[in-house]
Amino acid sequence: MEALYKKANILYIPALALFALFVAYPFVDGIRIAFTNWNGFSRRFSYVGLRNFVRLFKDENVRASFWNTLLYGFGSTFFQQVLGLSLALFLDKKFPGRGITRTVVYLPVLISAVIMGYMWYYLLQYDGALNDIVALAGGEKRLWLSSAASAKSFILGVNTLQYCGISMVIYMAGLQNIAPMYYEAARIEGAGEWQVFRRVTVPLLYPAFVTSITINLIGGLKLFDIIKALTGGGPGYTTNSLATLIHSSYFASQMAGFAAANGLALFVLILAITLSLQAIFRKIEVQS
Amino acid sequence: MTRRASLPRGVAAIVICAIQLVPLYITLTVALKPQTDLSSYWALPVRAAWSNFARAVESGGLIRAFANTAAITAASTALVVLLAAMAAYPLARSGSRLNKTVSSFVLSIMMVPALSLLVPLYVLLVRMRAVSTYWGITLVHVAFNLPLAIFLFTNFIKTIPRELDEAAVIDGSSIYGIYYRIILPLLKPVTVTVIILTSVAVWNDFQYSLYFLQRPSMRVVTLSISSFFATSGSDPHVAAAGAILAILPVTLLYVFLQRYFVKGMVDSALK
Repeated sequence: MEALYKKANILYIPALALFALFVAYPFVDGIRIAFTNWNGFSRRFSYVGLRNFVRLFKDENVRASFWNTLLYGFGSTFFQQVLGLSLALFLDKKFPGRGITRTVVYLPVLISAVIMGYMWYYLLQYDGALNDIVALAGGEKRLWLSSAASAKSFILGVNTLQYCGISMVIYMAGLQNIAPMYYEAARIEGAGEWQVFRRVTVPLLYPAFVTSITINLIGGLKLFDIIKALTGGGPGYTTNSLATLIHSSYFASQMAGFAAANGLALFVLILAITLSLQAIFRKIEVQS
Repeated sequence: MTRRASLPRGVAAIVICAIQLVPLYITLTVALKPQTDLSSYWALPVRAAWSNFARAVESGGLIRAFANTAAITAASTALVVLLAAMAAYPLARSGSRLNKTVSSFVLSIMMVPALSLLVPLYVLLVRMRAVSTYWGITLVHVAFNLPLAIFLFTNFIKTIPRELDEAAVIDGSSIYGIYYRIILPLLKPVTVTVIILTSVAVWNDFQYSLYFLQRPSMRVVTLSISSFFATSGSDPHVAAAGAILAILPVTLLYVFLQRYFVKGMVDSALK
């Protein structure tokens, strides 16, 4: 049988060919480009050694984008877990309106993030819906997206709300997989609501935590569409993530070599974070 | 549950839904108002200005954009299903060292953010004369959506008993015969999941399209809508109408086929 299955290996060759061409080759070529001062279109360029990489560490915009990337990644992940788990616990019991609530919370997940960003723009612009409420409450209208701190909070918030549905459905599935006998046993032992949650629900939801955190974190670290739609990286360069910075240094500033080095940095960052996360999860698993 | 206890739950549910629906509601009221209507975005229009939708379709070239998006989505999804269903069979059945290496290579691609490859990928497509072509963008979508699909198909095929394959071999069937006549017909449930995940991802894509579809006539829906917002002086009401039209197809599909959408997400996450 094993010999027969070997003949079936031909079946994965088309997929591998595609990966070789569109992933492996560009990856290697990207490393080469990162060592050049190429502008993205000219035929002439020269190899400049580590200059692009040195610049990564010196450039203020890169530094800001780096911290923003971490903020968007870890910030959204944190709030998405809080919201997602609360919603899942809330919707775990049957009540009228439960189905509709789940439908509505999950809906934004399926809407294109860039369009979601534009829809929020109607709330956040100066003549927008949010300022109408502020004015009604007697406050002063504000330009919500023109200061870095406030713009970043809204990017974080919009991303959190849009994708908290993912963690919600993962936690709902996780909760449904917990057999009722565990709860019964805990209650017989005299455990209170909080103790049941802490000692039964949380440990048994562990696989759901791992999946949901991983998915949300990778999504948040790659954040691009919402930033483009809400601020375009501005004011100045203050709200860029590494992803949007790569885009603008390539297409707007014509620094292909630098953008390629930046791409490698993003790749290494995401790889390092996912791998250490997996190591942490494994350690927790061993301990418990 | 008693009635008394379900009242606060109901109120909480309404608040949660309201928060999630606010951007949609605001966009809808803006879309339905004429430019002369200066009332708050919260207020419903006195009379619906349906002409905004017609103007969005016309000035945004939305019919062309929908056709482009539909064609790219259909082609990418079909190729992903075909290539992933093929690749998954040997990977699920044979645990040879080679195949284990291939499997972990595929899994590792899932972690590569496509953006980190933007520059070299763009260079490659320029060299292949694939920028602003349907086949270029389609192949890029296929390459980056394929790993998850292979992963899902592989996990599913592993649950199909090997005895089926063995029985067919005894009956004189070739390995490809087994794959075609026995395995393929059993893959329907996971195929539905892969179709939904891939087509939603491709339909909603903005990044790849922004890089690789630069000719205006090849614009997809997300690019059309973003051009409304990026152009200063364009009518916000028309832009809102465009945004509503853009999200309508997926929203409607989701409302009717909700079970499959959520199941697809959960399956891809928990397996």
